[in-house]
Amino acid sequence: MWRTVARRLVIMIPQILLLSILVFLMAKAMPGDALTGLLDPSIDPAAMDAQRVRLGLNNPWHVQYWDWITQAVQGDFGQSFRFKMPVSDLIGQRMMNTVWLSLATLILTYLIAIPLGITSGRFNDTWADRLITGYTYIGFAAPLFIFALLMLWVFGFHFGWFPTGGSVEPGTEPGTVQYVASKIYHLLLPAISMALITTVTTVQYLRSEIIDTKQKDFIITARAKGASEARVYNRHILRNSLLPIAAFFGYEITGLIGGTIFIENIFSYPGMGQLFLSSISLRDFSVVTSLVLLYGAASIIGALISDITLSIVDPRIRIK
Amino acid sequence: MDKAPIPISSAKQPTAKQPNKSPSGWKIIWREIVRDKVAFISLIFLCLVILSVFGISLVLDQEQIVSVDLFSLKQPPSEQFWLGTDYGGRDVFGQLIIGTRNSLSIGIIVTVLTGLIGVLVGLVSGYFGGTVDNIFMRFVDFFMILPTLMIVIAFVTAVPKYSIVSFSLIMTAFLWMGIARLIRSKALQEKEMDYVQASRTLGSSNLKIMLVQVLPNLSSIIIVTMTLNLAANIGLESGLSFLGFGFPESTPSLGTLVSYATDPQTLESRWWIWLPASLLILVLMLSINNVGQALKRATDARQRKG
Repeated sequence: MWRTVARRLVIMIPQILLLSILVFLMAKAMPGDALTGLLDPSIDPAAMDAQRVRLGLNNPWHVQYWDWITQAVQGDFGQSFRFKMPVSDLIGQRMMNTVWLSLATLILTYLIAIPLGITSGRFNDTWADRLITGYTYIGFAAPLFIFALLMLWVFGFHFGWFPTGGSVEPGTEPGTVQYVASKIYHLLLPAISMALITTVTTVQYLRSEIIDTKQKDFIITARAKGASEARVYNRHILRNSLLPIAAFFGYEITGLIGGTIFIENIFSYPGMGQLFLSSISLRDFSVVTSLVLLYGAASIIGALISDITLSIVDPRIRIK
Repeated sequence: MDKAPIPISSAKQPTAKQPNKSPSGWKIIWREIVRDKVAFISLIFLCLVILSVFGISLVLDQEQIVSVDLFSLKQPPSEQFWLGTDYGGRDVFGQLIIGTRNSLSIGIIVTVLTGLIGVLVGLVSGYFGGTVDNIFMRFVDFFMILPTLMIVIAFVTAVPKYSIVSFSLIMTAFLWMGIARLIRSKALQEKEMDYVQASRTLGSSNLKIMLVQVLPNLSSIIIVTMTLNLAANIGLESGLSFLGFGFPESTPSLGTLVSYATDPQTLESRWWIWLPASLLILVLMLSINNVGQALKRATDARQRKG
């Protein structure tokens, strides 16, 4: 067990290293450097060169890489020239919004997936199963951004049930009940839109898991011993099928990141995804590279958590 | 392992000893699609869309469609403009046709390129195994975890001379890993088969075994994956164009038409601009997926309908 964890951790080191090199190369390929964000472009070129030398921007690339990575590890991601503030502060402001959105989506994903998957798997080939399978078929093919746009159009604009942008009603005091309620209200439509699409793979997985487990010998044994239908499902089948799903949540992080970029853009929700897109269009590259680094690291750590939990849940897949 | 995709070559051999010769791979695929009504309708729909889009776009003048016309800004649908015009007075219907053509073309290009790289890497990795395999797969694992969308967007903006070619290359660079992993696992199973051992004993070179003997046996899986990937790639391209990091506005794609909906006024009251493109993407992806699922069933005897 501990050997698996240790091995998995060792695999992560080159991954993080590779990610940082990729992001560094990307940053170098982008027009402008750290200095463009700090100074007025109309300044004397000679003074600019002196600053370049002082900041080490004329050093060989491996020296620059080392400086950059040691600073990033300490939480110093440079300056945003658009907001004239440290990137880490800027990201800190937006981070919680995206975390709430992702969390709400994850919870809704499981809330939708588990009952649908169980119904579909337990009563397979009935009309309910056909309905659910049809939904997963469409949800699997539908691109998230189109589905989210349609949801916004129908429920945000046409019916006016939900707010069409922002993360909170302007003018509400942080800390009050109204503030929290308004936050949840603004969160609901984006999170439902995303969850309805991300949930389909889990529904499909759960359905085929249950149908598979249903025919296994130990279920036949349980039935033969007189276990009630409810007990067979709750104690024997679900315990087998639900655990892997709980462990998948780490892998979901990569998907959630892609999703929040679209969702935050469509619902004008001020999170990191929106910050990423607006920074790219305004060429605020220190923010862009920091966000890619952050998101990449989050995905790698998510996969790590999932791999480790899965190896605890299912010893057969431990790394040899 | 699925025995269904009987290599086409073996089906052609004279089978005097067995009167019931098993049908060829293509026949099975065709039968499966015809049996599955949804997939059959999807296939016909796809053919119609492809034919009409490429046909009509031969007649349409792209220059004229994407040029701004100040006398017909934001018009609702009429006889002259079937789907109205956008804020630049450009005909939405014409953009829809050209956009579908562009989206389909880039989807096909990226699918073929990722397919080529993925099959090559997967085949080599799975066939040889050992260190090569280990290095390749760690690499693939790494890229599979990364948030591809963000990185593609970042690279798209970082490239100095941005064009359709560089766009497809960037997409390809980050999308070949899935198919590589799949082909690798199949090649790993395939190389343990007796025919590979026999061929090796007879002195065939590794290259010959890989390309002439193993590859045809994987062809059905490759076709299925590439069909499903085509849908995914069209979705990704339109998603990127929607966010403004795919095709430039002068080259309409389905995504650029949908991106007009980011303006709340257009979203709320001028549905004819963005809704047709959205529905077309939806239906296209559904149809391609339906065909892909039917192909998948054809390659797996246990799932077949007929």
